[in-house]
Amino acid sequence: MKILICLSNVPDTTTKIKFTGDNTQFDAAGVQWIINPWDELALTRALEIKETSGTTIEKVTVLTVGKADTEPTLRKALAIGADDAVRIDAEPKDAYQVAAQITGFVKEQPYDIILCGIESSDYNGSTVGGMLAEFLDSPSVSSVSGLFLENGQIRLNREIDGGQEVLETMIPFVAIVQKGIAKEPRIPSMRGIMMARSKPLTVKPAVAADELTGFTAFELPPPHAKCKMIDAENVGELVKVFRNELKII
Amino acid sequence: MDFNLTEEQLMIRQAAKDYAERELIKDVLERDAKGEFPWQHAKNLAELGFFGMMIDPKYGGGGMDTLSYILAIEEFSKIDAAMAVVISVHNSLVSYGVEKYGTEEQKEKYLPVLASGSRIGAFLLSEPEAGSDASYQKTTAEDKGDHYLLNGTKNWISNAGSGSVYIVMAHTHPELGHKGINAFIVEKEWAGISLAPHEDKMGLRSSDTHSVMFTDVKVPRENRIGADGFGFKYAMKMLEGGRMGIAAQATGIAAGAFERSLQYAQERKAFGKPIIEHQAIAFKLADMAVKLEAARNFVYKAAWLKDTGQPYGQASSMAKLYCADAAMEITTEAVQIHGGYGYVKEYHVERLMREAKVTQIYEGTSEIQRIVIARGLVR
Amino acid sequence: MSVLAFTENWDGKFKKISFELVSYAHQLAAQMNTNAVVVSIGNVPEEELKKLGHYGASKIVRVEDNRISGLINKAFTAIIAQVAEKEGADVVVFSHNFTGKALAPRVAVRLRAGMASGVNALPDSLDPFVVKKGVFTGKAIGHITIKSAKKVLTLFPNSVEAIEADENAVIETFTPQLSDAHFATKVLEVKKVTDKVLLTDAEVVVSGGRGMKGADKWAPLEELAGLLGAAIACTRPVSDEGWRPHGEHVGQTGKIVAPNVYLAFGISGAIQHLGGISASKHIIAVNTDKDAPIFEAAEYGIVGDVQQVLPKLIEAVREAKKQ
Repeated sequence: MKILICLSNVPDTTTKIKFTGDNTQFDAAGVQWIINPWDELALTRALEIKETSGTTIEKVTVLTVGKADTEPTLRKALAIGADDAVRIDAEPKDAYQVAAQITGFVKEQPYDIILCGIESSDYNGSTVGGMLAEFLDSPSVSSVSGLFLENGQIRLNREIDGGQEVLETMIPFVAIVQKGIAKEPRIPSMRGIMMARSKPLTVKPAVAADELTGFTAFELPPPHAKCKMIDAENVGELVKVFRNELKII
Repeated sequence: MDFNLTEEQLMIRQAAKDYAERELIKDVLERDAKGEFPWQHAKNLAELGFFGMMIDPKYGGGGMDTLSYILAIEEFSKIDAAMAVVISVHNSLVSYGVEKYGTEEQKEKYLPVLASGSRIGAFLLSEPEAGSDASYQKTTAEDKGDHYLLNGTKNWISNAGSGSVYIVMAHTHPELGHKGINAFIVEKEWAGISLAPHEDKMGLRSSDTHSVMFTDVKVPRENRIGADGFGFKYAMKMLEGGRMGIAAQATGIAAGAFERSLQYAQERKAFGKPIIEHQAIAFKLADMAVKLEAARNFVYKAAWLKDTGQPYGQASSMAKLYCADAAMEITTEAVQIHGGYGYVKEYHVERLMREAKVTQIYEGTSEIQRIVIARGLVR
Repeated sequence: MSVLAFTENWDGKFKKISFELVSYAHQLAAQMNTNAVVVSIGNVPEEELKKLGHYGASKIVRVEDNRISGLINKAFTAIIAQVAEKEGADVVVFSHNFTGKALAPRVAVRLRAGMASGVNALPDSLDPFVVKKGVFTGKAIGHITIKSAKKVLTLFPNSVEAIEADENAVIETFTPQLSDAHFATKVLEVKKVTDKVLLTDAEVVVSGGRGMKGADKWAPLEELAGLLGAAIACTRPVSDEGWRPHGEHVGQTGKIVAPNVYLAFGISGAIQHLGGISASKHIIAVNTDKDAPIFEAAEYGIVGDVQQVLPKLIEAVREAKKQ
């Protein structure tokens, strides 16, 4: 079996978010780029499965849609343990376009298990994985917090409101994974970093794909205001905040 | 001049940082209090390859350059300078020496176990009466033909308990002065070796430091490093690299204290505003930042000289001298900025201040560095 | 032309999130001069379906298929796409929850629709179709333009109010074209989670300090945590005193947490505690001392004794949850 992990290259989660061009573009100056945290957990789980299932998993490939400046992210994934990497040479602009690019590649080189993170920490789309599954006409399981391969059978745990489901699925399939899929991302070893030098990183030309959406403007939320005081006799006000603003009830 | 780190160097630095921030931080205060050796961390870091990072891949190492190693030591030291010194001694005083001056047989026997971290290295030069004056060795290695007979005592030996591959300096020909000294690879398990109890130190409390006693220890002839009488020169060569490791450790300690102070000064309020908005504190932080930047440049340059095959002894001594003093100054100011909080253990800066002190002492005191640098000027 | 909303049900019942979605679809349809249609999959009593009409649905398409148990993405996608086609839907809206995130992108591809996920308001404009959503995990807001003729949106929960609008909804039954290939995944088991929420994973953390006044006074805090699905935390003095286990200690030397909401009860806000919670998105504090540093970090504060505030708050939350 072969596993493909779709990686997004995102700004480090501690990045101070700024925009340029009259608030139409994310300001990437001085930004440190990382593997999207959910995608990194997906990679971790894929490697765990590969290591514990004998020879069942032939290879673990990582893929990103992006220009050459995303290659350090792919090489980090190789250092962590992926067998090879693919970069589709297109500027990612819209989930539909990105999913179409990945589809082009997978139709050419099929994979049995495709893993995508449930969202990317930049534009918070939660979209590419599902779109890819539909383009490929594959089954998909989303919000996956557990993925197991036992005697060639796939079992998945899926988070639902207030609980969890256990599912089985046919191969090939797309799993859209979230926290819990692996404990924590791996730290690359010196050997891994050294071996990453000689692992293949293939650049594929972009295929024709439509962009159906685009961000036209951004704004920053208003600055942190002074603590708003609520009267102790009027806790209902706070409950309104819980509901309307914080959305926790 | 290119001040950019390579993609690989950045990745290694991040790996060390991730480990330190995720794992070392968890028990660093407890280990400091109890003086416990970080066995589990040593095992984990060995698995990640930090114990053999500079060793040639053909002996199981990572084949990384010196700057990568310096960056890793810096990151570990920001949080746990004790863990850093374990790795520093192992890499730059032991593994590097065996690889650079050892015979092929010695390399094949010892480098793989050093690279995997299954054996930790220790460097045994200092003696009760030979600290700064390293040529005044009282330990003797009597030539018995197929072996040497080792007798004497070594002091303040880092990794003496946790380590088991010792590099021991001893006199074979006392009449020849420092030219009569030899260096040997000695295994701790051999008969005649005993350890005094773990030293109760001011800082680096979870690195294990002992005195080591040798009584008629038989060392096979093939375990001598280099030609007869090469030992002192060997030790001085090793220290050139070792000092760079200590400079990196000092830089890390300073960086850790600075980063904590910068954050604290933005969070802590006094007289209605964050203390960083008070000039007394802001200026302190500015001075600390300048010293830290200079320290980094010193040690990175020394590493660059070594990586590009140029002489680095002088640069290494300068880096050690400057970085150690900077660490002492920056950590002292860090405690001051933290005020009462800085004086209690929970805030880490008092510990960093204690750790900083030793960087002015070991692997050549600041005074010795000045002698080395001054000699270098005249040469 | 229409706006189609997919409403999920939980054992045949709808929740607030469903009504919000229908209300949003209704308002969007009004903006577009058309009607809101709802598709509901699975067994839902007619009475429950009718409720959707009260929030503005003019038609409810009910789909029942005995092969459906649990969420099967491929099958659900096919059904929704078929209904969308039949109803001539220009916009299909989903809730931005686990189910919506699973289905919306698939339906978008089916319809060749541009998709905006997690939107939190009605469109800024219809032509071009521009709508707002949170980006960079809440650190900014983005205005996204959808260029395709058909559109798919997922609506962030709690971002719009469910407004009653008395439409007399027509209920019709639709039989979709489904083959076995649509059922390639199978739900084997459903586990309801009863475990306590893990502190470092929690979206909401309810935390107590010395102001709790003793080891035996934590029941109200536990009750509130239960109501909010929150994890429980405490300050260092509390765990040092042995009032709570050390595993709950949050702060410099304890756990570092970054929940969406951190509720601090009887916590003065010593800097070592603030260090452990500063990554929280929203901090709310209750403390007797109006000058306590915790109020510097908090977004909302109540000056008062936790022993008195907590029971009132629990009561009010319980009331609110009933709605």
